[in-house]
Amino acid sequence: MALNFFDQFMTPIYMGIPLITLATLMPRLTFLQPTSQWTTSRFSTLQSQLLNSSTYQLFAPLSPKSHHWALLIVSLMIFLITINLLGLLPYTFTPTTQLSFNMAFALPAWLATVIIGLRTQPTHAFAHLLPESTPPLLIPILIIIETISLLIRPLALGVRLTANLTAGHLLIQLISTAMFTMIHTIPLMAMLTGTLLLLLSILEIAVAMIQAYVFVLLLSLYLQENM
Amino acid sequence: MAGKEVSIAAKALRDVKLGELGAWFGSRDMSPKGIISAICRGRDRYLNKYIYVKKGGIGGIAMILTGYVALSYVWEYDHIKHDRWRKYH
Repeated sequence: MALNFFDQFMTPIYMGIPLITLATLMPRLTFLQPTSQWTTSRFSTLQSQLLNSSTYQLFAPLSPKSHHWALLIVSLMIFLITINLLGLLPYTFTPTTQLSFNMAFALPAWLATVIIGLRTQPTHAFAHLLPESTPPLLIPILIIIETISLLIRPLALGVRLTANLTAGHLLIQLISTAMFTMIHTIPLMAMLTGTLLLLLSILEIAVAMIQAYVFVLLLSLYLQENM
Repeated sequence: MAGKEVSIAAKALRDVKLGELGAWFGSRDMSPKGIISAICRGRDRYLNKYIYVKKGGIGGIAMILTGYVALSYVWEYDHIKHDRWRKYH
């Protein structure tokens, strides 16, 4: 039945607890705390290097006032990257395939940037609704369009992450089902499909990391506009 | 090394005899605080043994991931078992 391909996005309940709880709590186990060792272990060094470089990358173009957001944004990024990568393991559940999960991150953060912009520099915030040097005839239409694009940002953020991950997981399941079915009848086609599956898996690992980074980068851009 | 008598509560689990297991279990702190501190101690032991070492290998994190995959499988076994001999997927 066609329903079966979407079963991977359901959360089975075991002993009263849905699987999404385990999948959301699991990334905490993979985060290492700073220790009191002077020369840290390989993993601690690797983690702190990655975090420092990505924090620098994200916050270099932002004003010093917005550096208060560093903890929130970088922790969100590392959480999303870990969740996405853990979802590529067999039998695991990826919470970011659920739109509700992603909207819970996107909507409050976007709304916070908009409210900060309107409170601290309202003129500047409204000025974003009209790009420079537009022909006067187009001004009314453009303001409407820019307002719509502003209001649709949280939806775009959430749906982008959801759609990318859901599509990737579905593709992996479809292609592996095809390969499984063909391996007895046409082994050559099955091998070609297997190569495709390998390339797709590499793509999915990249997409998992890139989508989380893009989510957080866009949030930092909205923050840069408004602060 | 014969001689020293230690109370059951002070023994580590590996020194407890099979017959004393019930008494040992009863003497442990089973309040939520006790359970959480036991989990934290276990986690610290694992991390100090496999992760916070100078030249850690892939084994430390691989064990965590394998345990997570196994736990996920157990969690959704009731859901997955219908897929086994289904003719049309």
